[in-house]
Amino acid sequence: MTSWRGLALPAALLVLAEIGARAAGPSDTIAPPSAVAVALLAGLADGTLMEATRDTLASAFAGLAIGAAIGLSLGILFGSVRAIDRLMELGVELLRPIPSVAVIPIALVALGFGYRLEIAIVSFACLWPLLVLSRAAVIGVEPRLIEVARALRLGPLARVVKIVAPAALPRIFVAFRLAAGIALVVAVTVEIAVNPMGLGYGIMVAGQALRPDVMLAYLVWIGVVGFALNAALVFAQNRLFGHAARVAGPP
Amino acid sequence: MNSSARQAFAWRSGSLAVVAAAILGWREIVAFKLVSPVFLPAPDRAFAALWHGLAASDLGEKLAGTIEHMLGGWLIASIVGIALGALIGSSAGVRSYVAPSLEFLRPLPASAVIPVAIAIFGYSSAMALGVIGFGAVWPMLLATMHGFGAVEPRLKEVARALGLSRFETAIKISLPSATPDILAGLRLGLTVALILAVVCEMIAGLDGLGQWVLLAARAYRSADLFAGVILLGAVGVCANAILSLIEARALRWRGR
Repeated sequence: MTSWRGLALPAALLVLAEIGARAAGPSDTIAPPSAVAVALLAGLADGTLMEATRDTLASAFAGLAIGAAIGLSLGILFGSVRAIDRLMELGVELLRPIPSVAVIPIALVALGFGYRLEIAIVSFACLWPLLVLSRAAVIGVEPRLIEVARALRLGPLARVVKIVAPAALPRIFVAFRLAAGIALVVAVTVEIAVNPMGLGYGIMVAGQALRPDVMLAYLVWIGVVGFALNAALVFAQNRLFGHAARVAGPP
Repeated sequence: MNSSARQAFAWRSGSLAVVAAAILGWREIVAFKLVSPVFLPAPDRAFAALWHGLAASDLGEKLAGTIEHMLGGWLIASIVGIALGALIGSSAGVRSYVAPSLEFLRPLPASAVIPVAIAIFGYSSAMALGVIGFGAVWPMLLATMHGFGAVEPRLKEVARALGLSRFETAIKISLPSATPDILAGLRLGLTVALILAVVCEMIAGLDGLGQWVLLAARAYRSADLFAGVILLGAVGVCANAILSLIEARALRWRGR
């Protein structure tokens, strides 16, 4: 019943778009959904879409891994050592609001076009949510658990590994999921803005070549990739942490 | 109370000292040519370029252009997002039709609609407003939907008992109850709007800081480039600070 209702709106819009686009005749800006579907299947069949997807996801995941590792280490450090946290406060407040895309030209001058440029920017963008949320997760660890660690006379490293990290893990995974979404968005954005590779470049080229069917096929495909990535991470979160993650953070 | 305030001030000064030390370190790195000055200008050169750009060149106009794009798109997104969110959020029937489509569209990178917007609007400010509006609408739409959907059921019973119409219920009961969500959405939307404004200016060459930093990078004018990035960071800080202030003022009644 609900799934039927969810499909009603997109189906109606697709039919309207098809009728509208056919009535308007051939156009350089908009293509009917049927032509988009044909272009999408053609792109999937000849491998161009898959190749572009591979490039985009490779940079997104590499950047996510680097940015998340740095952000997570800093977040745990700031969360567990109050003095460092307070000393770095202003620095973080000044750097964090710099829009990730503003770093593109700096990385472009230093690294040139290619994977490294994209990976650097994605890491910069993914660093912040992990830093902020893992710091909050560590600070939010039940104080009684810290007392247990003290009673067991665990060293600082053992305390982080055995007590703090497991307790904060569900919230940290929520942050990781958020960052994975950001990674894909930033990777595509970098490709659209400057970097000649991947899905973002593909959609720009199709637009400039006045091929609205190919352009919209790329758009639909980027939507599918984003949706699949998000769905996979939500699934992983529910499998790994179940109820804990839902209680700990925003869905 | 007084001693804790003094302590907070001490930490704040310490944290300022860390930033000052970082800038000094930056200067030394450049002075010893550890990084080529083509990539990294000395801090004093970056700030001199910032000052010169604002006083003598057209950096001020670029700043105004970026702020204009950002606020324009954000305003469109706010109006559309809050109105649609209220409509969808207050009716479970509408929600069951619309929510699945929104779930599919939400993870779509907003920048991916730029080529489509260019095809429709050309390389114009209307394109930038369309893209920013589309991208920044999601946080507001979803937050408003959530806020209107999560109204305490007893408040709705009160509305029914008072014989309020649907519109009156939305304005008098749901809107105040959803305000915290909406404000959080507005803040997130403004961040998105700034990012998309910069991207649009880079791609379409619209007057703004995005265009300024990209041109500076292409010409290897690293001081101008850093001046632009510093200014963009400042815009981000100010936008966030202003909305935090509004948020704190608007939500004062909840603290009591």
